[in-house]
Amino acid sequence: MASSTERSPPPFPDTEDQDVLDSEEVGGRDSDDDDDGEELFMSASNTPLTKQDTPASPDSQASDLMDDLSAEPPSSQTEKSAASSSPEEFVDLTNNLNETAESKVAAEISSPEPSDDFFDILGSETQKVEVEASVKADSGEASSGITDLPGGKIGSEQGFSSAAPIINLDADFSDNNSQPSRVEDNASDPLAQVLSDTPAANPKKPSSAVLDLFEDDGSDIFTGTPQTKPASQPQKGLFGEPDEDLFGEPLGAMPKKTTENEVKSSTTKAAGPTSSTGGAPQDRKSTEPADIFTEEAVTTVPRTSNTSTVNSKANGVHSEEDLFSEATVELSLDSPRSGRKKEETSKPSASSSSSSLSAPAKQAKQPPAALEELEDEEEAEMEDQFDVFISVKDPEKVGDGMNAYMAYKVSTETSLPMFRNKLMTVRRRFSDFLGLYEKLSEKHGPNGLIVPPPPEKSILGMTKVKVGKEDSSSADFLERRRGALERYLQRVVNHPMLLQDPDVREFLEKEELPRAVSTQALSGAGFLKMINKATDAVNKMTIKMNESDAWFEEKLQEVESADQHFRKLHALVESLVVHRKELSLNTANFAKSAAMLGSAEDNTALSRALSQLAEVEDKIEQLHQDQAANDTFSFAELIADYIRLLGAVRGSFDHRIKAWQRWQDAQAMLQKKREMEAKLLWANKPDKLQQAKDEIVEWEAKVTQFERDFERVSATVRKEVIRFEKQRTKNFKRQITKYLESLLQSQQQLIKYWEAFLPEAKAIA
Amino acid sequence: MMEEVKDASSFLSVQVHNIKVTEVLQDGDSLTFIIVSQKLSGTGEFHVDRTYEDFEWLQQHLFSQEDVPGIQGVIFPPLPARLQVNPSSKALKHLGFLGLGEWQPYCKALEAFLRQVAAHSVLSKNRAVEIFLTSSDPPGRQKVKKNIFNRLSQAVEEMRKEGHKDVDDFFQTKRDHNFLLTGYTKMASEKFLDVVLTEQKIAVACGHFSTALHLCVEQGENPEKQDFSQVCVKLSEVFNSIKKSMTSTAMNDMNSLGLGLDLETRYQEAEKEMLFRRTCKLVELQNATKNADKAKPVKKAVMEEAKKATETEFRQICEVAKKEIIQLESKHVETLKQALVQWCEKQLLTAKESAEVYSQHLQTFKRMQ
Repeated sequence: MASSTERSPPPFPDTEDQDVLDSEEVGGRDSDDDDDGEELFMSASNTPLTKQDTPASPDSQASDLMDDLSAEPPSSQTEKSAASSSPEEFVDLTNNLNETAESKVAAEISSPEPSDDFFDILGSETQKVEVEASVKADSGEASSGITDLPGGKIGSEQGFSSAAPIINLDADFSDNNSQPSRVEDNASDPLAQVLSDTPAANPKKPSSAVLDLFEDDGSDIFTGTPQTKPASQPQKGLFGEPDEDLFGEPLGAMPKKTTENEVKSSTTKAAGPTSSTGGAPQDRKSTEPADIFTEEAVTTVPRTSNTSTVNSKANGVHSEEDLFSEATVELSLDSPRSGRKKEETSKPSASSSSSSLSAPAKQAKQPPAALEELEDEEEAEMEDQFDVFISVKDPEKVGDGMNAYMAYKVSTETSLPMFRNKLMTVRRRFSDFLGLYEKLSEKHGPNGLIVPPPPEKSILGMTKVKVGKEDSSSADFLERRRGALERYLQRVVNHPMLLQDPDVREFLEKEELPRAVSTQALSGAGFLKMINKATDAVNKMTIKMNESDAWFEEKLQEVESADQHFRKLHALVESLVVHRKELSLNTANFAKSAAMLGSAEDNTALSRALSQLAEVEDKIEQLHQDQAANDTFSFAELIADYIRLLGAVRGSFDHRIKAWQRWQDAQAMLQKKREMEAKLLWANKPDKLQQAKDEIVEWEAKVTQFERDFERVSATVRKEVIRFEKQRTKNFKRQITKYLESLLQSQQQLIKYWEAFLPEAKAIA
Repeated sequence: MMEEVKDASSFLSVQVHNIKVTEVLQDGDSLTFIIVSQKLSGTGEFHVDRTYEDFEWLQQHLFSQEDVPGIQGVIFPPLPARLQVNPSSKALKHLGFLGLGEWQPYCKALEAFLRQVAAHSVLSKNRAVEIFLTSSDPPGRQKVKKNIFNRLSQAVEEMRKEGHKDVDDFFQTKRDHNFLLTGYTKMASEKFLDVVLTEQKIAVACGHFSTALHLCVEQGENPEKQDFSQVCVKLSEVFNSIKKSMTSTAMNDMNSLGLGLDLETRYQEAEKEMLFRRTCKLVELQNATKNADKAKPVKKAVMEEAKKATETEFRQICEVAKKEIIQLESKHVETLKQALVQWCEKQLLTAKESAEVYSQHLQTFKRMQ
């Protein structure tokens, strides 16, 4: 165990991961022999219990799903879930997730749409699923062999059929590790395919439940469950476990369950500090090989004990323990093997357990061949917006005085099946928009996603509105804000990952939304200050961080300079708009005095011509006014949006550097621990030596985890920045085309006016 | 006093419609205007250089022709205010349209002044005009006597006479009308100046934006970057076109209607001054009549004499003034018509050109997508 983990982190962590997984799987299978007896006994006695629990809960829990969301702290939640059935647990965990900003995983799990989400699942998540599945499958197989437990069987099949393709994909992934982002993009698609294909290929399973499982979110899964009893079991196997796995750390902090088990009490202790440090960075990368050997022991224990109540508790313990020992051996042998080999080894193992594997396996084989095609598709997907169109309309003042606020009608038009209706309309107040942003940025920001920012609060503008001044500036303010909110939401739903977020859907669908709190922090100056602070922090850290990646170094500079340029452009456009408005005003004044001059004129023809001129100038005034609005909304607002977005881009860089920092800190700590070990060796203190060794193992795991984290965040940021740039060019092109169209139109209108006036002028005698 | 030519047959030796102020030479703080005019007989041109002081000299000279009957009834062509090299904002405001651009409007205004003088039936007979236009030596730049100016400054003190009731309905109407029109024309001119100034500001703002867009151009092999840079460059071109369009719109405004309104304003002022001079004379006459009536027999003859003289003078003034006013009115309509037609045509042309350019840009962007 120690020997394997002491290896220095490999250049391509995923390869190693692969090895570990593979070996583990093999190991897990091997361990069956040892476990059989006990497993058999345990599963036979306990399955009925779980069966009873599962069907009872779905109905009640599913509805509570979203409402519980923010109420309970993680610890109480987990305790509750430990006592109750697995579906609820899943629900609660999802909610916890939202709380702890780890919810991305939940989103990924609950919505396996062919999207970028799978990149994460692939990168970290799936390996976990795989491991879990294999473990589960082994136990399930063993038990089914004697007690004929259909649920367990199906669960194992499910686990395997999904696990196998993942391995394939991972193999590709690690092969092409030099270009992570691209491969991830591609790999995500087949995975989704595989996942959605699996139910069809497996005739044993009730397809409806499984379909729900894959295509809908958590709540739907459980509402769909009661249809068939046995179906609840596989779901549990697939969903309950990976989920908990993700929450391994929070769960590890819950001693109640884990301390029951004497074997694990020591490891729980080890997990305690880990969860406090590792949990804070919100890492879902608990799938690292080292993790499996150390922390995993803790995290899996409460998981299994919770999920299948007592049943798999014993299973989990044994299989895992065996797994570790076996894996250690296998690991050293396996590591030099290529990803392709693993693919081969995993396939037969999977097919032996399930007849349904053939289809997914074929599916999984396709990716390398269809790589280019998929790449194109992926690109096309990025180019083409999702079929969601948002309009924000009818700003309406609610309430009076300083407590008044603006409410907007948010209409969503979509043909995506993930939404309940084709057309949804809800009323949202401004702080709800900010609340959504806060949730999203908390959840997705640390992963390097560029979350589109909403327009900032404007105390001045809003006060004017509140006071009830119905002047043009407050109307202008409201229109600007309305437009900004609309573009903000549109950007959110155009982002493939954010679209999947339950909060986004809730925002668009749900009639009533819990009141967003503490959005005050985002108000006006505060928002700017925040951005500035972030900038400073980035600057400071850049100095500390000796950037290894030239791409990021270059991009950061680009973003900085783009920000400056955009600010300058914004100021210029704003002044242009001011002048346009001035021109409109002056033209109106001139029209008035021309009319007066006309009325004072003795010569009839001249008088007539002058009053005609006044009319023409009035019309031209309208044109100027429209042009001012056009300048404002085409450019000033667009550029303002991009200044905000560039802030978000910088934020994502910031998160990447934070991840780097964590990695570096962990490395420094590991170094310290090693020195300590050396000292102890030299001092010949064997009693403390063991503890030092354990700590080294622990920190090694963390270093690898954080390094992987950093790699992942880097990849995401890189992908996001590329996406941002693409979107930016597209956005500008579209906006400029629109602008030119209206410019041309107004010019043609002007020609008409002049043409009508010319004979009048010529008629003056 | 200057040498004065009363010979009515001595017409100018230049073609009135070809008088041009072609250039402005700057030498330190002084500006010299080059005046070119076609010879009436044969081919060839007169090239003379004149300073603003020379123009003032001419104006003074015309004012102070005391031996021309009814000279005070003449509406003198208005000379634009002095142009300074680095005008203060106040002076610039005073200049109005003439302060815009690189002196071209000012030259146009001087040109208009000279043409009006040369075309004037009474004023063109003055020898000073011929000298001013043809003599290569600058006319006597000595201090001119402020004959009429003195009278004018007196008149300013007697502003109250402005509201004096007229004896002649024609002049009463004209005075009222002139009063109204002067105000409105001036206002229209000012408002239009605001429009032009704003247009110029917009042109400048567009130019800045266009320049700033070039900052966003990034070098690099990355196609995405190149794409965005291309968008920026194209947008910069678009705004450059908008700038050009705006600049030429402002130019059109300035050179046609702007100058027309400016000239109108100054002419209305000139008419007002003339009417005022006449009113002063009227008051003088009425006083003389009163004095003659009240005068004791001893002085009666003298008073009657004075009254007669004033009466003649006043009659002459009225005669000239009537002609001048009627002439001015037709000229006023003609000026405005010309200005409006020219303006409209130019704006139409600019609008069409801009529309053409914009549609080209639009095509470019549509192709880019």
